[in-house]
Amino acid sequence: MKLQRKNGLRATALGALAVSGALVLTACGSDDNTGGTGSAGEKKTAASNIRCGDAGGQLMASGSSAQKNAMDLWVKNYMAACTGVEVNYKSSSSGEGIVAFNQGTVGFAGSDSALKPDEVEESKKVCESGQGINLPMVGGPIAIGYNLPGVDSLVLDAPTVAKIFDTKIKKWNDPAIAKLNPGVKLPDTTIQAFHRSEDSGTTQNLGKYLGKAAPNDWKYEAEKKWPAPGGQAAQGSSGVAAQVKQVPGAIGYFELSYAESQDIPAVSIATGASAPAEATSENASKAIAAAKIKGTGKDLALDLDYTTKAEGAYPLVLVTYEVVCDTGNKPETLDTVKSFLGYTASDEGQKILTDAGYAPIPTEINAKVRETVDGLS
Amino acid sequence: MASTTPTETPPEPPAASRRAASTGRVGDKVFLGLSRGSGILLLAIMASIAVFLGYRAALAISENEGNFLTTFDWNPAGDPPVFGIAVLLFGTVVSSVIAMAIAVPVAVGIALFISHYAPRRIAAPLAYVVDLLAAVPSIIYGIWGALFLVPYLGGLNLWLDEYLGWTYVFDKTEAGVARSLFTVGILLAIMILPIVTSVSREVFLQVPRMNEEAALALGATRWEVIRMSVLPFGRSGVISASMLGLGRALGETMAVATVLSPSFVISLHILDPGGGTFAQNIAAKFDEANQFGRDALIASGLVLFVLTLLVNGAARLIIARRKEYSGANA
Repeated sequence: MKLQRKNGLRATALGALAVSGALVLTACGSDDNTGGTGSAGEKKTAASNIRCGDAGGQLMASGSSAQKNAMDLWVKNYMAACTGVEVNYKSSSSGEGIVAFNQGTVGFAGSDSALKPDEVEESKKVCESGQGINLPMVGGPIAIGYNLPGVDSLVLDAPTVAKIFDTKIKKWNDPAIAKLNPGVKLPDTTIQAFHRSEDSGTTQNLGKYLGKAAPNDWKYEAEKKWPAPGGQAAQGSSGVAAQVKQVPGAIGYFELSYAESQDIPAVSIATGASAPAEATSENASKAIAAAKIKGTGKDLALDLDYTTKAEGAYPLVLVTYEVVCDTGNKPETLDTVKSFLGYTASDEGQKILTDAGYAPIPTEINAKVRETVDGLS
Repeated sequence: MASTTPTETPPEPPAASRRAASTGRVGDKVFLGLSRGSGILLLAIMASIAVFLGYRAALAISENEGNFLTTFDWNPAGDPPVFGIAVLLFGTVVSSVIAMAIAVPVAVGIALFISHYAPRRIAAPLAYVVDLLAAVPSIIYGIWGALFLVPYLGGLNLWLDEYLGWTYVFDKTEAGVARSLFTVGILLAIMILPIVTSVSREVFLQVPRMNEEAALALGATRWEVIRMSVLPFGRSGVISASMLGLGRALGETMAVATVLSPSFVISLHILDPGGGTFAQNIAAKFDEANQFGRDALIASGLVLFVLTLLVNGAARLIIARRKEYSGANA
């Protein structure tokens, strides 16, 4: 009897929990809907420029989470303009995207780094008579966020960034930092350097930058795994940003959008130009403009110039690629891939990037991307 | 068990059991077949998991350039590939031991309070709240831990360092936030508390009324009743409850991944950030790992599998030895 009553109570409570849970979920849902209808209004005017061509059916894609926010916007606009087409970008990781691409289960893959030679070799099995190529599509600054109450702007250069993340500089009032920030009152706080705890393309890009721009102070290979022994770790860009926001004296790296959405101040980098470069979409584009194409044939993999001294160029950038077959794409998705990537590479598609905290690909390189997309077969 | 009963027991019980088995009713036979079938199926599934893990693990270990048991690194994508489980084994065991040390006494206390001290009007809602805690998903505990628990534990860590630093274990050598194995242990303790509490409470409620009344009649105080009749009776139940909790602590993934600041070092300074656990490492590395990296992670998963089997086996042994007290026989 007593047992039964207890079960009854439990059932009621579970029911209550389920109902409130459902309410919370629907609340989220309606939020999304209002956002959707709001931007649908703007879309109608813009939608005319999207060339749908013979696109149709379902296009599966997968890969880098660094370009997720840009992809979400693109997919939403594209599907509003081209009815009957479904684009499904699964934001997982670059590694998973490339594995899926080489198994032939996706139309294209997103990746933070260009295909490695053995991955190109493997792609020849999927792309009949062709191979996988990289199309640079989304650029973005990696912001170095910090938490120092009372310090509104902070300038660092590549060697100090390297020493901070290698825990060689332990205090905020270290002479090396003070020299770069004359007139700023730096506190005597311990530096808490945060990095990503899981393997990440962002870590690899930071490693590439430090390896090129501060070769004497950063001796590690640029890998997805954090290479240095010291410091603290947190899960995901959001985790690192949350820790930097929470811990006084903390410093960490993440995509610019995380710094903007959480109001975390970002470090300006002294590159040797007349003034230190701030972490903004515009400044990142200036740095990507200094890149050279290192890919051969239709492959447009970029060789970024991390040591650029161009005025206002923020050198700590990452470029994410879309990976497709140059020839031998699957006939059922080819038209959709060409139409969709044609849109993402268009002026309109690239313009959206700035609003989302990313950086557009510079015009010269972008022109080649469009040409290549048109020639896909 | 079933196969040993006929040889060990005196002649009469086998006759009784044979009678029970041969009532000739179809239902009995079907049920016998069903239960035997599910038992065999379960073993087969376990065996196939072990074979799968073993095969993939063997592939990875054969290519490993480091020592699987003693290397303090995890870099299967490197050249040469190197990975080892020492840090993960250490971190998993230490965080679970901390969790058990905190959770079990508290859980037994709560269970005793609910079953023997609290007025009935309070006991039922309290028991219900404890059960509800078990339904909270671990990622919620993780977020709560990262955003609420970690900042608040900073002060506790400084206090422990100042007054108990001489124990070496509580000596804090690195300044920093409390994203350590100790914090993970506390969080795991909170997570396993409900399951240990609710199983212990059920067992304590099953203590035969006669035992307690007899003790009371002899003039024992309530605490003496608990010490002499409730606790000995419930011991095996509490042990199995703890093992259930330990199983959850060993395999907890998301909460640990959110709260811990992992690094591949072994340090007995449990207040310093660092260390790692099997499940946390798999969650962190799986996404970006290539085929070989995934095989390496599977090899580490196999070790967790073996560890869990050992723990459960040990628990069975302890319980079997105290069978006379088990709730099932009462």
